[in-house]
Amino acid sequence: MDDIFGIPAPLLFGQLLLGLINGAFYAMLSLGLAVIFGLLNIVNMAHGAQFMMGAFAAWMLLAWFGIGYWWALLLAPIIIAITGIILERLLISRLYKLDHLYGLLLTFGLALIIEGVFRNEFGSSGLPYRIPDALSGAWDLGFMFMPVYRGWVVIAALVLCLATWLIIEKTRLGAYLRAATENAALVQAFGVNVPRMVTLTYGFGVALAAVGGVLAAPIYSVNPQMGSNLIIVVFATVVIGGMGSILGAILTGFTLGVVEGLTKVFWPEASATVIFVIMAIVLLARPAGLFGRA
Amino acid sequence: MTATRRSLLAASVGATLVPALPRLTRAQAANTIRIGVLNDQSGTYRDISGPYGVECARQAVQEFGNKGFAVEVTFADHQNKPDVGANIARQWYDQGVDLIIDVPTSSVGLAVNQVAREKNKAYINCGAATSDLTGSQCSPNTVHWMYDTYMLAKSTGGAMVKAGGDSWYFITADYAFGHALERDTTAFINAAGGKVLGSVKYPFPATTDFSSFLLQAQSSRAKVIGLANAGADTINSIKQAAEFGLMRRGVKLAALLMFLPDVHALGLQTAQGLVLTESFYWDLNDRTRAITQRLQPRLRDQKPNMSSIADYSATLHFLKAVADMGVPAAKASGIELVNRMKAMPCDDDAFGPGRIREDGRKLCPSYLFEVKKPEESRAPWDYYKLVQTTPAEEAYRPLNEGGCPLVRS
Repeated sequence: MDDIFGIPAPLLFGQLLLGLINGAFYAMLSLGLAVIFGLLNIVNMAHGAQFMMGAFAAWMLLAWFGIGYWWALLLAPIIIAITGIILERLLISRLYKLDHLYGLLLTFGLALIIEGVFRNEFGSSGLPYRIPDALSGAWDLGFMFMPVYRGWVVIAALVLCLATWLIIEKTRLGAYLRAATENAALVQAFGVNVPRMVTLTYGFGVALAAVGGVLAAPIYSVNPQMGSNLIIVVFATVVIGGMGSILGAILTGFTLGVVEGLTKVFWPEASATVIFVIMAIVLLARPAGLFGRA
Repeated sequence: MTATRRSLLAASVGATLVPALPRLTRAQAANTIRIGVLNDQSGTYRDISGPYGVECARQAVQEFGNKGFAVEVTFADHQNKPDVGANIARQWYDQGVDLIIDVPTSSVGLAVNQVAREKNKAYINCGAATSDLTGSQCSPNTVHWMYDTYMLAKSTGGAMVKAGGDSWYFITADYAFGHALERDTTAFINAAGGKVLGSVKYPFPATTDFSSFLLQAQSSRAKVIGLANAGADTINSIKQAAEFGLMRRGVKLAALLMFLPDVHALGLQTAQGLVLTESFYWDLNDRTRAITQRLQPRLRDQKPNMSSIADYSATLHFLKAVADMGVPAAKASGIELVNRMKAMPCDDDAFGPGRIREDGRKLCPSYLFEVKKPEESRAPWDYYKLVQTTPAEEAYRPLNEGGCPLVRS
């Protein structure tokens, strides 16, 4: 068997694939953050908590109402988006005229409260959520044993990311959104209800986080910390990709997943740090991020 | 990245993290024994003891009753960070706390060990696993009440090697606990003629995806993957090992430190067949069932495990020692207090009769359990089958092998 840098090739391919899977989560979450930041100028620190709520919603639907995975994939994001819309109307909308920092502090506080409530109610060791029967089992790829479910996660994430990108870049609705980012007053003068559009965009960003949560539920245990473990990495992804850049968020998400995966083989102790090292380098060389406009 | 977010918090509200102790008049203070339960209230180890450990300590105070002095229990969250834990400990001892108890997470447990010694106060550790607490770092102010890495390695590791698992690969949490557990287990594997093929150290507590490490372990062709981690990390490792079909391909998992709430979180479907070591199981005998029943109103829908109930057992023994020597003497010197605890035999419903050795090690039997199959489980929390019992005197590292300076050879 061939070795690459002293690592057997099959092991390396396996790690690349695993990196891509983790990258799918980074991409999906940073996409939602980028959409929210692009339009609302809010740094949504509650994103991790909303990801976690998505996973818990899936668990509750199954445990309390007997509603399975596929319906949860549809219902959980809607439920969590509604909670997001309520938050936006009640609290976040009051901060648009203030500095970014206020939005960051508010959403950070909300995240701590939400996580605290879930921890009190459900404990910290997590709840079991089984992989749906249609996606259980695994493919033998020769170089590794690939669970079907993880393949599904990558495909679902790619489709979601592409669809979001197309909507924002290629449709009339997307054009409104982008125009409102540039000059909200002018777009409103053309008869577009900008505040409602902003609210719905926040709901959409939150729904993306919740979909991520449902997809993650069968892989990771459904626990209150699951979002806070991811959110900082996801923020780094958004910063590296360029704040507010949709395409940047998607590409950087997948790339960082792969980089992290490789670090886990060559220098596992550093796997939690590598993304931040990259972030520091990118910020030094290109302060606006790889895909951002200066 | 809980760590990063929490440090943000810790930096901003660091001063307010320690709950203020109620002010007592001088006369009251002189006659009140204060116990501080210091553990993880919000992170990966919360469910193992956390708020349940606090309740178990309170149960002990209640059962101890009024022996002429007041007892007060307070608690705080050390967030699994040595600096936060040491700060709280220092502040507590300065404010008149007489005993700090629990302190899971070995890095924090060792930091508080230093503070207790410096302040000459009493310290009972019920939650950290590093065997260094009674070895190279042993202290006359410290009692290590529960499991340690040597005892876990001997019971779980020894049993796995005996059952034919003679080649190992470790997935290790990169801090004091993981290192100690890997070291102690490796010693048993080598002594039994087995081999360690490799190990990977992952960042704690920032890791949720273990698939990469599991595949590295699998490609080493080791028969046993040793999980030198605990709490949510162990749960995620096992869950993902099942997902990648490792067990179906004949790889054995050794969950070297695992507790009842972890099995509960995994579900029997995934956890069945795992072997693990605990010193307590609620359904072990009449006495354990009795104490579990008394504790139940406090724990609501949870069951105690060896870590949380150790807070009960240790608090009870501590209070007996205080009553025996009198409050003023107990407050005067942590060393004298710990010496009195060592001189008195222990006995309670959780662990039965036992004693504390001169290096600070509390002795009690350890039990090797196998997790039941879903169809064998007849009631909620009916999870364990007893496989093997190691008697108290044999469960822990022999007194003269730990390198503890307190032991006169």
